Amino acid sequence: MAQVALEGIHKVYPNGFEAVQTCSFVIQDGEFVVLVGPSGCGKSTLLRMIAGLEDITEGTLRIGDRVVNDVDPADRNIAMVFQNYALYPHMTVAKNMGYGLKNRGISKTEIDAKVQEAAKMLNLTDYLDRRPSQLSGGQRQRVAMGRAIVRQPDLFLFDEPLSNLDAKLRNQMRIEVRALQRRLGTTAVYVTHDQVEAMTMADRIIVLNGGRIEQIGTPKEIYSTPASTFVASFMGAPPMNVLNATVSSDKHVTLDEGLELPVAAPAASSGPILVGIRPEDLTLGEGTTPFDVQIVEELGAQRLLHGTLGGQAFSVSVNKDHEAGTGTIPVSITPGAVHFFSREDGFRI
Amino acid sequence: MKRAGFTNPWLPILLLVPQLSIIVVFFYWPAAWAIQSSFYLQDPFGFGSTFVGAENYTDIAQSIEYRKVAWFTVYFTAIVTFLSLSIALLLAVKADNVLRGAKTYRTLLMWVYAIAPPVAGFLGIMFFDQSHGPLTRFFGFFGWDFKLGVDYFDTATAMIIVAVWKQIPVNFIFFLSGLQSIPRSVREAALIDNNSGFRRFWDVTFPLLAPTAFFLLIINITYAMFDTFGIIDTMMKGEPGANPMTLVYKVYLDGFRGNDLGGSSAQSVVLMVLVLVLTIFQFRLIERRIHYT
Repeated sequence: MAQVALEGIHKVYPNGFEAVQTCSFVIQDGEFVVLVGPSGCGKSTLLRMIAGLEDITEGTLRIGDRVVNDVDPADRNIAMVFQNYALYPHMTVAKNMGYGLKNRGISKTEIDAKVQEAAKMLNLTDYLDRRPSQLSGGQRQRVAMGRAIVRQPDLFLFDEPLSNLDAKLRNQMRIEVRALQRRLGTTAVYVTHDQVEAMTMADRIIVLNGGRIEQIGTPKEIYSTPASTFVASFMGAPPMNVLNATVSSDKHVTLDEGLELPVAAPAASSGPILVGIRPEDLTLGEGTTPFDVQIVEELGAQRLLHGTLGGQAFSVSVNKDHEAGTGTIPVSITPGAVHFFSREDGFRI
Repeated sequence: MKRAGFTNPWLPILLLVPQLSIIVVFFYWPAAWAIQSSFYLQDPFGFGSTFVGAENYTDIAQSIEYRKVAWFTVYFTAIVTFLSLSIALLLAVKADNVLRGAKTYRTLLMWVYAIAPPVAGFLGIMFFDQSHGPLTRFFGFFGWDFKLGVDYFDTATAMIIVAVWKQIPVNFIFFLSGLQSIPRSVREAALIDNNSGFRRFWDVTFPLLAPTAFFLLIINITYAMFDTFGIIDTMMKGEPGANPMTLVYKVYLDGFRGNDLGGSSAQSVVLMVLVLVLTIFQFRLIERRIHYT
């Protein structure tokens, strides 16, 4: 168990591509941190640098009290779970799990005990003598988890470990992984492009975009006060509505198409602006703002209404007991639930 | 599974005829002829033959010279197979790690594959030439008076070197593609599990290469035993006297130089049985083991 500290970490590939811009953050001991972002945002590169599979161009990486920039991956006392499991196809489940321990000169009886214990924890006891090819996707995933936990590492690294599973299994494993990490109390860094995984699993989320950290915060902070339109639209499904608007000198907020929104304008700003409203922060059938509904999506627990507000694409989500049809209906905006962003750089005002 | 059927029973036979006729003309017919003539003593000038029963076979079994050639074939095959496999594997592992200029490096290594065995043998003769050969001179520095085609051991060494050199590219290509088909993440998992590159290779990489390696082992044994004929023929420069040779070469030598067609046929029947055993062994083992997925 350990704290992980990144100081001025920077990655440039030999071909000149800057995968990760200079960044610094500290992951606390026992914390579950999720790196989330679209593909190519640098989240995997960051994780692989922590693992030692990728060189660090610049900066200092500490695991515990130790600077590990030049330490071999095997000597960093970490364990990694890969997207495609990366099990050794020629070894049995037990050997797969014990291989890392064997190389540290741990006695055979002790390895067996640890493998048994991990297998019990993961319901793999009956499969210890099987080869990975004889297991289902979910079982392979468990073996990969088992391989990570038997080592009792300082740090778990997860590289999109659930993305090869079907949706139902993914939800189940999500909970299992989180529960396991809680129980063991091991620091964990988890990479995903799935914002639901990020929101549900993380103690803290780091949102990345184009090699840059957009925001670091708890799931609640990220959701309720997104630092930029990127974070606002990436985190949350359906994404936040972002509208082009203008703040007049007398503090009225008007959409570009002329519709005035009944919201309090930000104090420090005037001129062109972006207004963000989450789909659930609206009430149908009240207020004065006309919302033109074109499509209704049935989600079971909710209904999603897609259409336009003042000529700009807009979505509203309502409860299942709320009848909804197409056509124009008035909506009211929940007070205080409106976000303002700069139109120049997309950052929060 | 759905089975496709032919409405006309003659059509499948018709479609098989070209393939079958090739096998019959170039394999079964000569093979049958060899088995038959191995029981006869042929007149060297073609004036008929006498049935001698198994005498040709007992001759082989008792011949000291045949035993000597057989042992040389065993050593030659073992050494050529071992060296060409291990050197190719080493080169493939190194090539797999090369990031810059990888293509050039691979192409250069594969070129040798395009050289015909007799040409390879001829290049060997030039390298080991008594007065001008660079390798002869090189050995001379260490006080080794290398005599190709005169000294049994020296000729054997030269044959092995050329045969190995000729076979490395094939093995290299297979090993390299085998290495590249190992998932990157499996190697990375090993990187996290084990800090010794040497142990990682033998624990993870090599077992995953085993199907390739076993296939190549059979291919290389066959190569060393049979396909090196051209190299051997060229390098002994038509003077089989005191020079080493393989069993296949002896079949040719006894049959076409010594005009002992019966004895030569008996030898080729022995080789045929050997190939048969090797093939069965290969299929049995390949089917049974070494496949993981």
